[in-house]
Amino acid sequence: MSEFLQQLLNGLSLGAIYALIALGYTMVYGVLRFINFAHSDVFMVGAFIGYYVGKLVPEGTLWGGMIVLIASMVGCAILGMTIERLAYRPLRGAATLNVLITAIGVSLLLEYSGQVFFGAAPRTFPQIFPSANFSVGGLVISTNQLAVILVAVLLMIGLQFIVYRTKIGTAMRAVSLNPKAAQLVGVNNDVVISFTFGLGSALAAAGGILYALNYPSIDPLMGVMPGLKAFVAAVLGGIGNIPGAALGGLILGTVETFVNGSQWSTYKDAIAFAILIIILLFRPAGLLGKFTVEKV
Amino acid sequence: MISLLRSAFTFSLVLTFGAFAIAAEPIKLGHYASLTGKEAAFGVATRKGILLAIEEINAKGGVLGRPLEYLVEDIQSKPGESATAVKKLISRDKVVAMFGANASLNSLEAAPICQKAKIPMMAISSTNPAVTEVGNYIFRICFIDPFQGAVLGKFARDSLHAKRVALMTAVNSPYSIGLSDVLRRDFTARGGEIVAEQKYAEGDKDFRAQLTAIRAAKPDVIAATGFYTEAALICIQARSLGLNVPFIGGDGWEAPQLIELGGKAVEGTYYSTYFSAENDAPEVRSFVERYRARWGGEVPEAVSALGYDAVYLVTQAMTKVGTTDGPKLRDAIAATKNFPGVTGRTTIDEKRNSQKAAVMLAVKNGHSAFFEAVTP
Repeated sequence: MSEFLQQLLNGLSLGAIYALIALGYTMVYGVLRFINFAHSDVFMVGAFIGYYVGKLVPEGTLWGGMIVLIASMVGCAILGMTIERLAYRPLRGAATLNVLITAIGVSLLLEYSGQVFFGAAPRTFPQIFPSANFSVGGLVISTNQLAVILVAVLLMIGLQFIVYRTKIGTAMRAVSLNPKAAQLVGVNNDVVISFTFGLGSALAAAGGILYALNYPSIDPLMGVMPGLKAFVAAVLGGIGNIPGAALGGLILGTVETFVNGSQWSTYKDAIAFAILIIILLFRPAGLLGKFTVEKV
Repeated sequence: MISLLRSAFTFSLVLTFGAFAIAAEPIKLGHYASLTGKEAAFGVATRKGILLAIEEINAKGGVLGRPLEYLVEDIQSKPGESATAVKKLISRDKVVAMFGANASLNSLEAAPICQKAKIPMMAISSTNPAVTEVGNYIFRICFIDPFQGAVLGKFARDSLHAKRVALMTAVNSPYSIGLSDVLRRDFTARGGEIVAEQKYAEGDKDFRAQLTAIRAAKPDVIAATGFYTEAALICIQARSLGLNVPFIGGDGWEAPQLIELGGKAVEGTYYSTYFSAENDAPEVRSFVERYRARWGGEVPEAVSALGYDAVYLVTQAMTKVGTTDGPKLRDAIAATKNFPGVTGRTTIDEKRNSQKAAVMLAVKNGHSAFFEAVTP
């Protein structure tokens, strides 16, 4: 039983990180109807900003950790908005495929300039937050794992608040529903889209920091696998749907952990993706997504 | 006049050559190594070990009354260069024995040429089993990867007194799989039990699931047979799950990043390697002193010690058969038993690999310190 609970905890903390990254994919998709493949590399840049800022603050303090987290979120928000301004905005109105290819290009650009600027060798991420382990029964809980789940939940609640309770959130939903109509009623689409990218990138940065805290070896290609998993999580939950992305992330993280702990660990990705296929067979729009027929 | 000059010149040439032959013709030893390029660190350190041995032997009067001559070719860490270098050393320079290389890839290129020319070749740190399988003239002075599995099995059973071992194997690394296989066989043969076997892939970051499963099996020791990055992350996550048993690993752990990344979590872990300059055996200490004196205070690397031993082993074989003739020299090298080297007593086995002691290092106070030598 204690092994089961331990695996559940491991799975939830992994899933919370997938969920954070998945939110960025899903938000951009919700507003712009395209997959921002550079998102997983913004996640990587977030971890590296954390690495450099982490050297300036004392290790293992709460305020130092918060500074690192906020600096990295702000830095990535700016990066996300810059990418949108320079790479995606000129292509607005062009075929979706063009934007998609551009996104792949931006992704590769970030990965390989990362190798030039940060070096290809893995770096050790500092322990920026205070950490401790405590055991409850047979269950050993580390504060890092708890922090991941806690921060993820707080950010998701904050996101839900922004999207449903604020003016800019209403504007985001309006653009998502019908960009032309939103413009007609006075929404500035450019500002809204820019904001969406900034918000999504900030969440990716938070994901990057939390990921690096738990797995303290960071390198310029670290975003590739988690990014792919988070993309799957977003599709699993219903792409464009915010609670769906969170649910998808948690399911994927938990399944992966349980498979990893069994003797079929070699097949962990195969089993996780097989589950995706099965769910999409029965619910083509994902668990919480609504199936809509595209009008021509 | 011109013809007269020419004949005088020829005459003097013959004279010098004749004089040379009388003063004992040198025995030429070839070495192909990466002295430049990305693997230059290995090649340069090996060269220093080989040169030290040759100078020592020459100072004592050489081999069979003849001095040794060292000829080196730089392969620039590039694939394709080894074959050219070795061809040149054999056909133009007429070397009688070949040393090198460090990377298995380079040794594999050179080996067929040495085999065809019947020139014994002693690979330095090429651990891929395929190298010596090229032919009966190809040897190696290092042990091969799976051999460390037996070292770890013995170490876990006899030195750590473990009864229950858990294995973490990187399934996409032949190195790790080989090590785990031999460790499993050896440890069970010594009366121990493998209580859990978990797998991961290189590049993975999350091992909590596997470690939670391992924790339930209550092992005394955990063997992580992959490379240092994953090993360090495995140790960190194991400690955070409250798994405080010792970890052991092979030479894939040997990198400064292990301690940099693992920090406190890798304290009290052990790994095997070829050589430690901190080994306090008298022959090692004396070697380290002579090496430092010769090379401006530098501490020898494992490959320096291997290069040094390689020269002594081959020249000892020459002395034994009294000739530098290829086939006879080959037989003498193949018959080497308990050769006392600085990397341990070396026996060449029937597959022309070296059987020797490995060195176990322990991580203590943020530093890998010599722990003990283990002969399986």
